[in-house]
This record gives sequence, C-alpha cells and structure tokens, in this order.
Amino acid sequence: MEVGQLQRRLVDYTKSLLTEGILDDQFSQLQKLQDESDPGFLVEVVSLFFEDSEKLLNDITGALDQQSVDFKTVDGYVHQLKGSSASVGALRLKNACVAFRSFCEEQSLEGCLRSLQEVKQEYYNVKNKVETLFKMEKQIVAAGGSVPKTE
Amino acid sequence: MAITGQVLRRNLPENVEVFDDSPSGSLELHVLAVDDSVVDRMVIERLLKISSCKVTTVESGTRALQYLGLDGEKGPVGFDGLKVNLIMTDYSMPGMTGYELLKKIKGSSVLREIPVVIMSSENVLARIDRCLEEGAEEFLLKPVKLSDVRRLKDFITRGEGKDSGERSNHKRKREDDYASSSSPSSLTSPSPSPPSSSSSVLSASPSSSSASSSSSSARMSKRAKLRNKD
Repeated sequence: MEVGQLQRRLVDYTKSLLTEGILDDQFSQLQKLQDESDPGFLVEVVSLFFEDSEKLLNDITGALDQQSVDFKTVDGYVHQLKGSSASVGALRLKNACVAFRSFCEEQSLEGCLRSLQEVKQEYYNVKNKVETLFKMEKQIVAAGGSVPKTE
Repeated sequence: MAITGQVLRRNLPENVEVFDDSPSGSLELHVLAVDDSVVDRMVIERLLKISSCKVTTVESGTRALQYLGLDGEKGPVGFDGLKVNLIMTDYSMPGMTGYELLKKIKGSSVLREIPVVIMSSENVLARIDRCLEEGAEEFLLKPVKLSDVRRLKDFITRGEGKDSGERSNHKRKREDDYASSSSPSSLTSPSPSPPSSSSSVLSASPSSSSASSSSSSARMSKRAKLRNKD
C-alpha cells in the first residue's frame, strides 16, 4: 500500500476510535504534543499507561480476593486507574472505572467483581486498538511518509 | 497604595525569582510539578516543556518539600540551584494531599510567595473553595490541557509586566478583592513577614464582611468558569 493510502487508513481508524468513544479528545491533544523534539512522546506515555494499568488491575484483583475486602483500598486503585485513563483519553475505560467506584461505595463485592471484568475488557480493548494505531503509524514512517495529524 | 498583582510580584523576597532576566534572554519559568501518577507526571512535564518551561517533577508532597528545602531541616537545604517559580500539585495523593502541601508552602515565610496551582480530576466545589481560600492561585480540572498551561504561564509571567489590564477575568476579580481589602501587609510586604497561620486576606482584613462577599463572588465566577469547562 502506498503512503497516501496508509495515511488515509490511519486517519479513518483514529476517527472511528473517537466516534466509538474508545478514545476522546484528550488522546488527540496528546498526539498534538508530539513533535520533532519528542517524536516518541505518545508511544512513551501510552506504554507507561499500559504498564501502570496492568499493575493496578493486579492490585484490584488482589484486593478483591481477600477474606475481608477493604473497599476503600479497592476504590483507591480504581480512582488511580480512572485518573490515568482520563489523562490519556481512554474514555470507555474511564467510564467503566466510574461505574466501578459506585460499587465500591456500595461495598458490593458482586458488583465490584463484575465491574472488574468490564474494566479489564475495556482495558484490553483500548490497548489493542491503540497498538494497532501505533503499528499503522510505524508502517507509514517505514514507507517514507509522515504521520498525519487528526483534526 | 495601589495593591495589584504587579506590586505583589515586584516585591518578592529575595530568594524567589519570578523572572530570569539574564542577558541570554531566556525567560523560562521553572515549574515544580507534584503528582503521584506516573502517567500524569509525564503529561504535565510535556505540556510544560512545550510551553518553554523548565520542569522538575516529584511524586509526593514530601518529596516536593524536600526539593524546596522545607522538610523540617533548618533552612533551605539546597535547591539544586534552580529557583521555583510555580508549583503545580495534584490534590489527591497518598500521604500528604495537595491541600496539605499548599498549606505548608503558604505557611512558610520563605516559600509562601511561590504561586501554587492545584489540579484535580474531581470537580468538588468545597474542595475548590478550600484551596482557593488557602491561597492557591488556581484550581485546574484534570486532564490538564495545553491551553490551561499557557494561560497559567501568561498569568505568572505577566505579573511582572506594567500592563495589568489583560489579565484573565477571574484573576482580575480576585485581585480587585485584594485591592478592596484594607490590609495591605497581608500580601504585599516586601520583607518576609513573620509566619502567619493563614495567608488568607479574609482573616487579615478588618472589613471582613465586604471582603468576604466580594471574594465569594469571585469564587462563584471561578466556579462557574470551572463548571463550564468540558
């Protein structure tokens, strides 16, 4: 595929992620922060986000696995995950965290376990989609093109 | 005496520089960003660097105080030579919250003139009020945007300028509050004043009822501004 086609595909793909609400404007904002002085910024920050999120998911799983669940602790982890999701523009994941927190407040173990599943699903979904997006960017650069900015 | 932001900025104690007017022409603000989230630290650092600021990030209030030389040891222990012009701190942090950090900074005669901005993902009015009353310059909703950082930077650097007319609306309102209060020494004394328990104008001003009503209207307009922010 030639560069122009690859670029169009990327723009369309990014737009679809925004339309579906998987990503929001914050992600576009971060894309704009990338430039010649720091071309790897977005990939770096997102990688950090994935690392941090997986650790938090493990922490949450562990905290829910206790004999006597401390819902405040669980809520603390979910709050952190919510925050970093918002910071990178992972909208659906953030919303899943918001829903999770209400079950923490209710101290509903069943609700929390269900929420954890949903949060995990949203997490892996956004991870896959963003990794696909980065692959597309790499292909463009490899073909000698530059990554187009999404308006 | 006219009490305006520019007077405030001009009469800072010696060890807090707002402007680096070096011949090289670099007018770079040095910002200390405090956040327990590694992702947020990275984002805020990028936003600040893109806005031509020098940045130091730390992960906690305790570390921030250590960096600022105020961790219980006598006297400034050693900035790494770089004076801090602005502190941006997350509100919710384990251990010391951003609010507690704010109080410590405003309670220090050495550091109180450094503007402090609180960042939070939660739009809680009582929280916003509390921070503003304690002397926070601004309360930013996360995720912080480039436009927020630019506006902040303009405000801080313009404080040194002669023309105060262009300052953003809500900030002007707050400074008018200070101008209307009859106690100049609480904010603008050129020499370090003895540490007071609170830097709030409200507590220092004898005409507290008028100051509080105009202050609360300033807070309301700031709240409205924050509520409209998407």
